[in-house]
Amino acid sequence: MGHSAERDEADTNRRVEMTSGNLAFAEAMRQINPDVVAAYPITPSTEIPMRFAEYVANGDVDTRYVAVESEHSAITACVGASVAGGRVMTASSANGVALMHEIFPIAASFRAPIVFGLVNRSLGAPVNIHCDHSDSMPERDSGWVQIYCEDAQEVYDTVMLSVRLAEHPDVLTPVFVCQDGFITSHCYEPVEFLQDESVRQFVGTREPRYPLLDVDNPVSYGSFTMSEHYFEIKRNQIEGLNNVSRVYRELSDEYVALSGREYPMIDRYMTDDADYVVVIMSSATGVVKDVVDDLRREGVRAGCLRVRMYRPFPSGEVREALSGKKCVAVLDRSASPGGVAPLAAEIKSALYMSPDRVPVFDYIFGLGGRDFFPDDARRVFQDLMDMRYEDGARYIGLLEEDD
Amino acid sequence: MSGVRLKDLVGKKNPLTEGHRMCPGCGAPTELRQAFMGIDDPVVVVGATGCLEVSSTVYPYSAWRVPFMHVAFENAAAAISGVVAAHSVLAERGTAKKNIKFVAFGGDGGTYDIGLQALSGALERGHDFTYICYNNQGYMNTGAQRSSATPRGANATTSPAGSVLGGKLQRAKNMTEIAAAHDIPYVAQTTLHNPADLISKVRRAVETPGPAFVNVLVPCALFWKIATCDQVKICKLAADTRFWPIYEVIEGRHALSYTPRTPLPLEEFLKAQGRYSHLFRAGAERADIVAQAQKDIDDDWEKLLRKCS
Repeated sequence: MGHSAERDEADTNRRVEMTSGNLAFAEAMRQINPDVVAAYPITPSTEIPMRFAEYVANGDVDTRYVAVESEHSAITACVGASVAGGRVMTASSANGVALMHEIFPIAASFRAPIVFGLVNRSLGAPVNIHCDHSDSMPERDSGWVQIYCEDAQEVYDTVMLSVRLAEHPDVLTPVFVCQDGFITSHCYEPVEFLQDESVRQFVGTREPRYPLLDVDNPVSYGSFTMSEHYFEIKRNQIEGLNNVSRVYRELSDEYVALSGREYPMIDRYMTDDADYVVVIMSSATGVVKDVVDDLRREGVRAGCLRVRMYRPFPSGEVREALSGKKCVAVLDRSASPGGVAPLAAEIKSALYMSPDRVPVFDYIFGLGGRDFFPDDARRVFQDLMDMRYEDGARYIGLLEEDD
Repeated sequence: MSGVRLKDLVGKKNPLTEGHRMCPGCGAPTELRQAFMGIDDPVVVVGATGCLEVSSTVYPYSAWRVPFMHVAFENAAAAISGVVAAHSVLAERGTAKKNIKFVAFGGDGGTYDIGLQALSGALERGHDFTYICYNNQGYMNTGAQRSSATPRGANATTSPAGSVLGGKLQRAKNMTEIAAAHDIPYVAQTTLHNPADLISKVRRAVETPGPAFVNVLVPCALFWKIATCDQVKICKLAADTRFWPIYEVIEGRHALSYTPRTPLPLEEFLKAQGRYSHLFRAGAERADIVAQAQKDIDDDWEKLLRKCS
């Protein structure tokens, strides 16, 4: 993390509070003061619209809050409001996200810069309210940016960055800000907030390019488009995602000057000289980092790589960070039944063209909120050190394996 | 009808340009043109997936002279909820005109069936918009399948008339009354043969603050199997047989807009359309279905009269 002169100035107004990932998201929303929020309750994201509804009820924001009758209508109303020209935010989880699925690619294709709090929860059946990434991973090809946060502070800061990223004219793409259900969304930890005025200055106001409400310059959205033009429209949309890494770096520089906090697309923890690296996402990263510290004390050159931005996937950065390692383990918090799990597939794909073919071991952990312990991470490192490769994914923490 | 003068309508711009792709004899563009004659302010339109949407927006062209958005099939009412919400903020801020009217169009599939939940939610929330159903009584965009708006006995491709079954077995859902049950400020039902009626109803709908629902019976020449020139004739028959009562519900009060002096037997409406021809085939007549269909509309008329009294 950097430290700058601007930061020293900001220090005089530091505000640190104990809060949760959900409430940090809601506080970011209050400060951003979006034009429209349309949302529907579902565990564990419900607190976000609940808290925000209080801000609306108390006149803390100017937002029109549309309390819709389903998640499908929530995301649809968000698309309508965004196309109209408004700055729009919402939140959901699990089956709510699945119900919205049809509309996500439409939002992306409309270049509607919605910022979405996705609080990760397993998909039924069986019904389970706890964390895994089986709700967000099916949306990875929807054309949205996906950023996975490790803790509440990062959730807060990522919301700020995401508003600017989504609305940037070279990007114009909606963003999922993902956090782990309950583990991040409901646990209280100290979070440092920016001043309201700093947020207002950083996020500015949205300047829509072709708002539906411009009745003097009518435009049509969602037209019927056959083979002659559909491909080109999709290609343009993909370019928006291809521009993310450049724009994100610029915004990140601006944000670090304001907040002193920096969030690269991948978070490298002692990877530079590491022989063995565990790749992981979101809240479980801290467990791996602790074990890396222990192993370092024991003389093992261990490292941890956290993938923060999953879409667009920072393949170049990952390749650069992992090339030359003795071997790498990838821990996925969701499965792709019958195939390679989402994170492992990306890591292997990124490493395929590296000159030294780094061995990659796949693991699946934490489905339905199954705990992930330091001993689990240690066993993974031991597999790497012993070069105990297995075809296909191994499961971490299954009861049958503990017996 | 009061308030509609021909000289005021002259020069009113059709929201659609020439060259849209709708079929000859389609009622949807007629309905759209008449509806817009009732609106003086700028309009933003949201359309559900359907014939009107695909035929008016074939990229890289658009037949719309006004802003138009189509999101998906089941959610026109949810989409316009978001547009209206954004408008209230942006108009306040001065970045959008204040006097815009918001109109959603959905076919009967997008209104009665797949879009019912989103519509019910939007009506309950009370957004200031008008929802116009162009009701051709089935899924025409996908090829004449039955919907819950399809009337009893009609031959649709998913309720075909066969040697045993005589077309759709169920009566149509009464969507106008479902909308009215939301206690919204304005609900109306009409069709195309009397432009003054449709125009004045849409005018009242858009001028009334809060949500309004207008259900318009709109022939599809392909499904109904009528001559393309018979659009107006068949609409008049629908009203004169009481198959499609013309009425409105203002602040919860039902009022008939048209009472046929001598109601015609339903048979005259049915016999005028190919979709019912199997009911009258020599030697295989289905008088039972015709009688039941007549009873459906007689019962509905009685219920409606009670509400109007």
